Amino acid sequence: MVENYAVEVKNVSKRFGKVIANDNVNLKVKKGEILSILGENGSGKTTLMNMLSGIYSPDEGEILINGKKVIIRSPKDAFALKIGMIHQHFKLIDIFTATENIILGRPNNRMLNLAKVKNELQELIKKYGFELDLDKKIYDMSVSEKQTVEIIKVLYRGANILILDEPTAVLTPQETEKLFTILRNMKKAGKSIIIITHKLQEVLDLSDRIAVLRKGKYIGTIKTSEANISYLTEMMVGKKINLDIKRAEVKDSKTRLEVNNLTCINNDGRKVVDNVSFTAKGGEILGIAGISGSGMKELLEAIAGLQKIESGKIKYFDEQGNSKDISQIDISFVPEDRLGMGLVADMGITDNIMLRNYSKGRSIFLDRSSPKKIAKKIVDQLKVVTPGIETPIRRLSGGNIQKILVGREILQNPRVLMVAYPVRGLDINSSYTIYNLLNEQKKKGVIVICVIEDLDVLLALSDRVMVLNNGKITGIEDAKTISKEKIGIMMTKNVEGGSYEYKNKWEKKKELYIS
Amino acid sequence: MNIRINGKRKKNYIYLKKRDQISMKKSIGIRIIAIIMALIFCALIIIPITHLNPLQIYLEIINGAIGNKRRIWVTIKDILILFIISVGLVPAYKMKFWNIGAEGQILMGGVATAAAMIYYGDYFPNWLLLVIIFIVSSIAGMIWGVIPAIFKAYFNTNETLFTLMMNYIAIQIVAFCVIFWEKPKGSNTVGIINSATKQGWFPPIFNLTYGMNIILVLIITILVFIYLKYTKHGYEIAVVGSSINTAKYININVKKVIIRTMALSGAICGLAGSIIVSGASHTISTATAGGRGFTAIIVAWMSKFHPVAMIFVSGLLIFMEKGSIQIASLYGLNENASDIITGIIIFFLIGCEFFINYEIKLKKD
Repeated sequence: MVENYAVEVKNVSKRFGKVIANDNVNLKVKKGEILSILGENGSGKTTLMNMLSGIYSPDEGEILINGKKVIIRSPKDAFALKIGMIHQHFKLIDIFTATENIILGRPNNRMLNLAKVKNELQELIKKYGFELDLDKKIYDMSVSEKQTVEIIKVLYRGANILILDEPTAVLTPQETEKLFTILRNMKKAGKSIIIITHKLQEVLDLSDRIAVLRKGKYIGTIKTSEANISYLTEMMVGKKINLDIKRAEVKDSKTRLEVNNLTCINNDGRKVVDNVSFTAKGGEILGIAGISGSGMKELLEAIAGLQKIESGKIKYFDEQGNSKDISQIDISFVPEDRLGMGLVADMGITDNIMLRNYSKGRSIFLDRSSPKKIAKKIVDQLKVVTPGIETPIRRLSGGNIQKILVGREILQNPRVLMVAYPVRGLDINSSYTIYNLLNEQKKKGVIVICVIEDLDVLLALSDRVMVLNNGKITGIEDAKTISKEKIGIMMTKNVEGGSYEYKNKWEKKKELYIS
Repeated sequence: MNIRINGKRKKNYIYLKKRDQISMKKSIGIRIIAIIMALIFCALIIIPITHLNPLQIYLEIINGAIGNKRRIWVTIKDILILFIISVGLVPAYKMKFWNIGAEGQILMGGVATAAAMIYYGDYFPNWLLLVIIFIVSSIAGMIWGVIPAIFKAYFNTNETLFTLMMNYIAIQIVAFCVIFWEKPKGSNTVGIINSATKQGWFPPIFNLTYGMNIILVLIITILVFIYLKYTKHGYEIAVVGSSINTAKYININVKKVIIRTMALSGAICGLAGSIIVSGASHTISTATAGGRGFTAIIVAWMSKFHPVAMIFVSGLLIFMEKGSIQIASLYGLNENASDIITGIIIFFLIGCEFFINYEIKLKKD
């Protein structure tokens, strides 16, 4: 044996129908190292990792673990080889405690010594520097705590090779830093860690080496010490691109949109938007930050007239300064749930374009000719890749779907444009197309309100950033001067109080069930 | 532990792969193979049980369905009825409204038709009476479709249970009317209505007894498919069926669409009731719908709402039904024997959908 790698992937290919997800991919992971797998959406990162964790099996090629050739046919096989994967979407049972979730699916031992298990878990927690209350129920946990449970679960089962699929996508900057500390501790303990991500800065901060995939092909592995952001982007995309987002100055400085003491209550009777007041100017991009479930979705829906408003007012001021009710204003809204709300998955581009305007005119028949022209225009201008404009859009990639949705909404010539997570799941090129479109609207004097997960992008794109936390505004700041870390603190600072309220409600519910 | 370290043991294993697309030719080919396999399978059952030559039985089935001119016309008449009921179900299913109440909607349409024939038979010329029949039967079916739709739209009740229960109410109403209109007294049937005057009967067109049935079914079918494909209403149905959230997002009044679509669906099923009563049986009983409201569900779904496919599927089902009556009387088998054959064919046809969606591949290790 030459050098003993923990994982070796040799010439692995995987196809789904006509799509080649992985084309002759090679990968080596040493013991005690952190390897980042970098690639755009659809580059085959997750497919590759799913083959390591036994969810898919490769069409060609071989996988070696600790120098031995293996065939991993199920997640069970993967566990036996001490490979553990932490998926992007957690697989935990809400009403169980952390401990209960961790011991689930453990190899069958007749006797379960809970006290002993807990002691062992405490040791793990201490060893790597986790922070976790083992008796806390999952439904009381924040996203980062849930992730901790997933990681401990995998470690407790003895995994030596950990695969993390976009672990930081849902974390605040502070939580990300904590996670990285833990991962570094694991590395010191000799574990091999593979982390899938597309956040370049994090890759540079954390990993020892970086493997890059592009469109299913393996591009190469480089040492982090020899890498920089622009070089990595070039590897990922295949060409140089300018990563700067230009921020145009706000021209129209008049206040156009005014939201006063807006409160919305969801079906559970919880205040999802709690006494929110803010203003927005024409030609301004107002960014909204917040951890998921903080009320961003409901706030946007309330402005779009899709959410019932409990109390408060939303007003729009026209050129003459007359206040108008928001329902009379042309609002475009790109919702978070593209296929479930913004578009119809089974319809082609034309029929999806038609969604907005089909009812115009007296005729009982549909006019498909003008939407068809618009569809062609969007396909041309935004470079949508599709077999044809009548192909059901569910067969298109996420980026193309989003281009259609954003394209349609912008062509309505709105006065207010609201976008929720507009670049989620999009490749770099598509993302920049979307940022440019938002900037163009801003220059036209449209009020642009956007919710974006990536705080770096949010700060670069917006003029002002509003932070929502548990339905309340915790700050509206100038995006040019505020730091990412401060935003992170504002996103989480009052959450203790919030979850306490929520917990109380749970306790009450439980009492009801018992009585 | 089923990890096999690479060594001497090599093993092939098969796995499933989802097809992205399948050519028309291939998918029809798979279905034909399924029918052939179903017939072979039936033969394997027929031989040990009846000791008859299965080929002979199949020939008798064909003979029973299309053996002579009269049989051909009866088969066509029944195909048309089953087909038009499935057409009536399509708008509801496109909206993902699980209407299993066609049976009741047909019966209500049938009762309304019978009432018009009995009470207005002597007062209006036949053409006007038929117009009245079409109006009242579709209104009756419409009411039966709209009631569950209103409850669905406003109280989000389960439409499957609701429409099913409406069937039983319709059966009871028919049973009541049959006793009310009983003729001759004590027979417990209505008998042939207006048998002497033929008032309210579909008149023969081009010398064809069922000519009017054909024309009526054709017109309704074309209108329904134009409605679904080219009108704003049809588009709204597709959006509501695909995602209620999208419908709300673009300001479609979902409640209105649900009620309006079920009104249409119910009206067509009601009209189907008038085609059965006025155009075929000329009587009414609790068996007027005869389970066709349920069989039509199979037709609609198996053909994925494609009108041409719907004709083929309803044709196949009626063909087997007619053939089975023939073999039942000829060989002293009871009718269930042929239901078994139909059942096996349907089973294979539905089963072959799997091979249309997936392909099986052999992997060499």
